[in-house]
Amino acid sequence: MTDVPFQPDRATERPRSQWAEVWAQFKTHRGALIGLAVFVALVLFVSVGPLVWTRSPTYINPNAAEMILSRNKPPSWQAPLGTDQLGRDMLARMMAGGQVSIAVGLVAMVISMVLGTLVGVLAGYFRRLDGPLMRLTDLFLALPLLPLLLVMVMLFRDPLARSLGPEGGTFLLIVTAIGVTSWMQAARIVRGEVLALKEREFVLAARSIGTPARRIILRHILPNIVSPIMVSATLGIASAIITESALSFLGLGFPPDFPTWGRLLFDGVEYIQQYPARVIWPGLAISLIVLSVNYIGDGLRDALDPRIRGR
Amino acid sequence: MPEAAAARRKLVEVRDLRMHFPIYAGLLRRRVGAVKAVDGVSFDIHEGETLGLVGESGCGKSTCGRALLRLYEPTSGSIRIDGREIATAGFDTLRTLRPIMQMVFQDPQASLNPRMTVGSIIGEPLDEHTRLSRREKQERIHELMDAVGLNRAFANRYPHEFSGGQRQSIGIARALALNPRFIVCDEPIAALDVSIQAQVVNLLEDLQARFGLTYLFISHDLSMVRHIADRVAVMDLGRIAELAPRDALYEAPLHPYSQALLSAVPEPDPNAETRRRRIILTGDVPSPANPPRGCNFSTRCPRVMPVCREVEPAFREVAPGHFTACHLHDPAISQTAGTAAAPEAKSTADTHVQQGA
Repeated sequence: MTDVPFQPDRATERPRSQWAEVWAQFKTHRGALIGLAVFVALVLFVSVGPLVWTRSPTYINPNAAEMILSRNKPPSWQAPLGTDQLGRDMLARMMAGGQVSIAVGLVAMVISMVLGTLVGVLAGYFRRLDGPLMRLTDLFLALPLLPLLLVMVMLFRDPLARSLGPEGGTFLLIVTAIGVTSWMQAARIVRGEVLALKEREFVLAARSIGTPARRIILRHILPNIVSPIMVSATLGIASAIITESALSFLGLGFPPDFPTWGRLLFDGVEYIQQYPARVIWPGLAISLIVLSVNYIGDGLRDALDPRIRGR
Repeated sequence: MPEAAAARRKLVEVRDLRMHFPIYAGLLRRRVGAVKAVDGVSFDIHEGETLGLVGESGCGKSTCGRALLRLYEPTSGSIRIDGREIATAGFDTLRTLRPIMQMVFQDPQASLNPRMTVGSIIGEPLDEHTRLSRREKQERIHELMDAVGLNRAFANRYPHEFSGGQRQSIGIARALALNPRFIVCDEPIAALDVSIQAQVVNLLEDLQARFGLTYLFISHDLSMVRHIADRVAVMDLGRIAELAPRDALYEAPLHPYSQALLSAVPEPDPNAETRRRRIILTGDVPSPANPPRGCNFSTRCPRVMPVCREVEPAFREVAPGHFTACHLHDPAISQTAGTAAAPEAKSTADTHVQQGA
């Protein structure tokens, strides 16, 4: 029936691990590789960096005269990125701020993707849930975000801070707040994809075999909606980092002396005329992390699609 | 053939199957009607035979096939496969019945998950219904690939790497995985080009001979149905117009709809082709949401009688094994109508138009 030459090596070959093939395809995507390198470099910078550069990011010289002299220093060997308006070391602040920003971005993105995918798949697959869940989505979209966040922070910051410590509590609160207010776009996109997919004949074929709904979703629906989820996720990281900085700026996020990239950016804006480096470094870091995650997502999306794989 | 068929056991019995899709409209999405895609269909399929189901597009062929396997929830009616009721079975009962009935789909591109390898597509029914070890499953997948003529070496490839005919073979292998007894072939060749169609049909015939399969072969390709089917059912707008052994139907169709449909088949012989008389239907196909009161075909029938617009014709046996739903062949009505239609069933349509007028 076929004209394809017989390949004995493939006949005896055990099924090759799918992840090996995904990695092989990922490697061919140059942008994704560069993105991965930049992402790893930034993660190493914020995680290993503080072990090498041990100066405290929140240290202010208690001696007022020395503190005033150490303010707004240009880059030097003592402070490679200079110091800020209170004489704190900018390199140490960048490292400490990066830890929080990257963690907030990733965790908030995961929360919002899980929520969005869950709601989208349930609404798209089960007709009975479609109406209620999509009205819920509309409701969340209609909520004014900042007042909602404000109320959430007001209500939950102190109890959480008491049980988890001020930083842990704030982190959990912010991540949850960003996660539960940013899943709606993903839910809508996923619902649309699922609606189209569940009428495809391979889903019908699975039903004719008697596959229960949960396994149809896991085996047939989810792998086929990876692309839109991946795109939403990479964009979600960026907006989570920005939202966190906006919250911090409004005094609703982390405490003012606690650095995050968004916080550094907002602090630097006041001095943008005199010390533009104060804005450029955190801005560059945010841009790089967002861009690298975008490229990684792009490469991963291609690598996970068998139709693109191998060309 | 009819004697042999009658002696065989009935594997599939469908009685008065109805599949209505509700129409919602208005601000409150109230139910305002229903598309009667399948509207009271009854037929049997004997073990080991192929029943062809033909009709123009939109007449409910595919819906009928899908409702048979409970891919849709039938509105009413009874479907018995191997003596067991399908139409009202609960999910768990149905799941245990799934292995005996399978389906081959129309579009081999759409019926295979693009993100699964051929091996895992063919193995999916095995995952669901058997507890084979990894090695046994691999062995069974290879057996199935051999059975449909696919190279075993391709088990780790993805569907997009195959031609249309090979993809359809993958779909057939998946349908065979659980040793089914009844397979609904929903236009399995419609999306393939002609040279591949023959391969797939021959494959289906070989498999039928080897495994004793029973097919419901849905198609609009009348020549292909003539080739593969033992009996043929002609469907028109949700109802069966005529059901007869293949040769009886193709030689002498009784229902005017079947006559019109068969007159559209081109003849390979150019001389015969120039002499072929097509019955061109005029009038509109009624909407399945709002079918006419009497016979569904009465709006287009060249031999329509007043009674056709009033009374729905009953589906009756007019010759052994030959069923039709037409007033022309209802002895009671054709007498009262004063036309001797039944004996002249084989004459051309035109004379009957004159007689009926």
